[in-house]
Amino acid sequence: MENLLNLFVRSVFIDNMVFAYFLGMCSYLAVSKTVKTSVGLGIAVTFVLLITAPVNYLIDTYLLKEGALAWLGPEYADLDLSYLSFILFIAVIAAIVQLVEMVIEKFSPPLYNALGIFLPLIAVNCAILGASLFIQEREYANIGEVSVFAVGSGIGWFLAIVSFAAIREKIRYSNIPAPLRGLGIAFILTGLMAVGFMSFMGITL
Amino acid sequence: MSALKLLSTPLNKENPITIQVLGICSALAVTVQLKPALVMALSVTVVTAFSNLIISLLRNTIPPRIRIIVQLVVIAALVIIVDQVLKAYVYDVSKKLSVFVGLIITNCIIMGRLEAFAMAKKPWPSFLDGLGNGIGYGLILVIVAFFRELLGSGSLYGYKLIPASFYEMGYMDNGMMILPPMALITIGAIIWIQRSKNPDLIEKQ
Repeated sequence: MENLLNLFVRSVFIDNMVFAYFLGMCSYLAVSKTVKTSVGLGIAVTFVLLITAPVNYLIDTYLLKEGALAWLGPEYADLDLSYLSFILFIAVIAAIVQLVEMVIEKFSPPLYNALGIFLPLIAVNCAILGASLFIQEREYANIGEVSVFAVGSGIGWFLAIVSFAAIREKIRYSNIPAPLRGLGIAFILTGLMAVGFMSFMGITL
Repeated sequence: MSALKLLSTPLNKENPITIQVLGICSALAVTVQLKPALVMALSVTVVTAFSNLIISLLRNTIPPRIRIIVQLVVIAALVIIVDQVLKAYVYDVSKKLSVFVGLIITNCIIMGRLEAFAMAKKPWPSFLDGLGNGIGYGLILVIVAFFRELLGSGSLYGYKLIPASFYEMGYMDNGMMILPPMALITIGAIIWIQRSKNPDLIEKQ
């Protein structure tokens, strides 16, 4: 339990998707003009991460890893399909995003309207594929750890984009040198926020 | 547009990172040293050029409704090839790039160029456009990596540049440059310089 809590705090603050690994930067910079839209996107990313990461973990453990196909019979025990992981992971993500979109549209039209155009965009958000690849690389032990990592990363991403959007709303009133306006100041701001997040480094529970 | 123009506009006026804001996701984390940055730049250039070529050849046969998934499969297949080649010939760099090779799949430059260019143009111009955008992306990567490695560890491409006598006189490497935030701030500075040189790129308020 303590281990899981530790992992959660780590993935929210220390290994923050945006500030430590620059994942999902494209939509982070493009959709952070107002707090309202960024909340929508943040929730959508967390939600999709929570579903895709465990599914990809299961695919990796029971289909792709070296020896993962042993359950099929002894003659499959030494197969290693891990070179297929990129193509399978991205296919799973694209399919699940589509599925989630249809399910939400059917059962919760208000939520669907709130997330709107962001859902399809998530399929190409690096944070989602990145989480699946990190799980494969860091060899998390079980599905509990994987889910906690996924939720933590999602919440970390949510925090990052919402606070960035809030700063951007305020910065509209300041007098920035003309060549830095827009994108330039956005990069520098993100860098400064990342410096702030570095102060969480080394925290363990 | 002439071939030369297709190749040269993405280097400055239409640079994928500093102007189009595409593909930042997988870019910044690999710029701590020059060598991984060069390998990454080369890999992305290969993938953009050839995915543009392949999609352009297929453009009349792809049904528009499923084009995203077709594009993703083509990109993923190319990335798998690149990944296997890297693992075979430059294993140490491939280990250092870790998940970021896989994340080329969700690099927005590639999808962006496929949507904006390759779906509508002939194969040869598409190939050149992909090549140009890959190089434009690589250029920024290499510039950032140059400064981060020089100031952060006093070396370039793994060779010590700053003589030991400097260190004896009290010179110290700037450890901050190795940490993630400085990648963002360096890019912010590049944008600042580029836009001061080309005032027509400055964003309207």
